Amino acid sequence: MREKAKILDKDTLSRSLMRIAHEILEKNKGTKDLCLVGIRNRGAYLAKRLGACIQKIENESIPVGILDITLYRDDLTLIASGPLVRKTEIDFDITDKNIVLVDDVLYTGRTVRAALDALMDLGRARSVQLAVLIDRGHRELPVRADYVGKNIPTAKNETVEVRLEEPDGKDEVAIIEKDS
Amino acid sequence: MSTVWDKKDLLGLENLSKDEIGLILATAESFKEVSSREIKKVPALRGRTVVNLFYEPSTRTRVSFEVAAKRLSADVINIATETSSVKKGETLIDTGKNIQALKADIIVMRHNYSGAAAMLARALEISVVNAGDGWHEHPTQALLDIFTLKEKLGRIQGLNVAIVGDIAHSRVARSNIWGLTKLGAKVTVCAPPMLIPVAIEEMGVNVSHDIDDVLKDADAVNVLRMQFERDGGQAFPEQLEYFKNFGITKERLSKLKKDIIIMHPGPLNRGIEISSEVADGKHSVILEQVTNGIAVRMAVLFLVAQGQDKSKKYETAD
Repeated sequence: MREKAKILDKDTLSRSLMRIAHEILEKNKGTKDLCLVGIRNRGAYLAKRLGACIQKIENESIPVGILDITLYRDDLTLIASGPLVRKTEIDFDITDKNIVLVDDVLYTGRTVRAALDALMDLGRARSVQLAVLIDRGHRELPVRADYVGKNIPTAKNETVEVRLEEPDGKDEVAIIEKDS
Repeated sequence: MSTVWDKKDLLGLENLSKDEIGLILATAESFKEVSSREIKKVPALRGRTVVNLFYEPSTRTRVSFEVAAKRLSADVINIATETSSVKKGETLIDTGKNIQALKADIIVMRHNYSGAAAMLARALEISVVNAGDGWHEHPTQALLDIFTLKEKLGRIQGLNVAIVGDIAHSRVARSNIWGLTKLGAKVTVCAPPMLIPVAIEEMGVNVSHDIDDVLKDADAVNVLRMQFERDGGQAFPEQLEYFKNFGITKERLSKLKKDIIIMHPGPLNRGIEISSEVADGKHSVILEQVTNGIAVRMAVLFLVAQGQDKSKKYETAD
C-alpha cells in the first residue's frame, strides 16, 4: 500500500462542494422540494456539508437524510469483515421530492444501484439525481453522476481514499496504490 | 464496534462473547427501523430459505421468526413435527440432513431436549438457530429481553435485574442470566426453593425467596411463566398460593416509590404470576418485547447467514 498522489486538499475539496451546491440549485431552480440523501458512511457527511453550502447560498435549509444500503448490497458475501448494519435516518417523506443522492466515490455503480433500490422502498421520489465527490471510472452498471467534484482516471489496482474532518480528522483525497 | 460475526449458528448465549452479543443488539437496532416503514421489507436474504422446525408447540416464537425472515425477503417453510415424518420415527439428524438436501439455508429449531440444537448444528453445514431447547437456552428470547431493557434504560451495565418464577425449568432464565451477566448487569433470581436449581449461584446470580425484597432493589423484573404443563402440577398444587407469595401485583408495585420495568416472555398466566393490572399497566413492556423480537430475530438470521457464507468460503479456500 502506497500513497501515490493527493488529489484534493481542504480548500479544493470545499470549493468543489460549493460548486456542486450551486449546480444543484441551478438545475433544480432553487430549493423547492429539494432533499439531500447521503449514503453511509462518507456520503452522509458530504450530504450534510452540501446542505450547509445550500443554506449559505439560499438562506434556506433543506432536509438531509442518511441512507444505509448494507441490506441492499449484491456483494455482502464478498466482504470479509461483514459490515455493521446501521440505520437509515430519513425523517421526511421522499414522495414527490427531488432527491439528490450523495456519495464520496463513484466506481462500479453498484452502491448507487443498491441506494436506488433502498430509496424506492421508502417512497416514490419525483426525481433522483446523483452527486459524487470523485468519479474514478470503471463502471459495471449503466450509472452516471449528475454532479461530480472531480473526475480521476484510475487503475483497478488503485483505490481512492476520501478522508473527511468528521470521521478522519482532516479533509483530503488521495490515490492509494495496492500491492499487487 | 470491531467485532466480526463468524458463527454459522446461534445456539445459546453461554458461548457468545460480550462483543458478539453487543453486535447482535446493534444490528437489531438498525433492523427495527425496517418494521416502521410502509414497505416493511429489505432484500438482504432474498433467495434464501428458512425452515422453522418445531418439535414443541409454539405460536409467538414461530410467528416472530417467520415475520422476521419474511421482512428479510427469505422464503419460509414451517414444519410442525406432529404432521411430519418425525411421527414415522425419523431421527433429528436425518430430518436435518433432508432439509439441508433441499438446499434450505437456515433451520430455526425448537426441541424438547437440551442440546438438540447443538447436536443438529454439528451435523449440518447450514445454519441452525436455537429457538429453545429443553431447559437449556432460548437465546433469541433473552436477546429481545435485553434489547428492550437497553432501549428503555439506555444501558445494561450496572442494572439490577430480577428474574422471578420457575427458574429450574426455564431456558429463558438461563439465557437471560448468561446474557445479562456478560453485559455487566446484576441478576437476582427469585422463586420458592423448589423452583430454584441447585448451584445456580455458580452462574453469578443472587438467590432470593422474598419477592418484595427483590422488587425494592430491581430496575427491571422479568416475570417467567409458571409452566404447569411441564411439571404436571407437582411443584404447585395451589396456583393461588403462588400468586399470593410471588405474583407481581399492583399492590406490590405501588409500595415501591420508584420506576420499575416489568417484562414477561409470554404467554401470560394472568392471576398466577402476574396480575392483569400490572400486565396491562404503565410498567409493562410486554408488547414492546414482542415488537422488538422481530428486529432481534432479523439480526440473528442475517448474521448467521453471513457467518455461513464465511465458513463456506474458508473451506473452498483451503
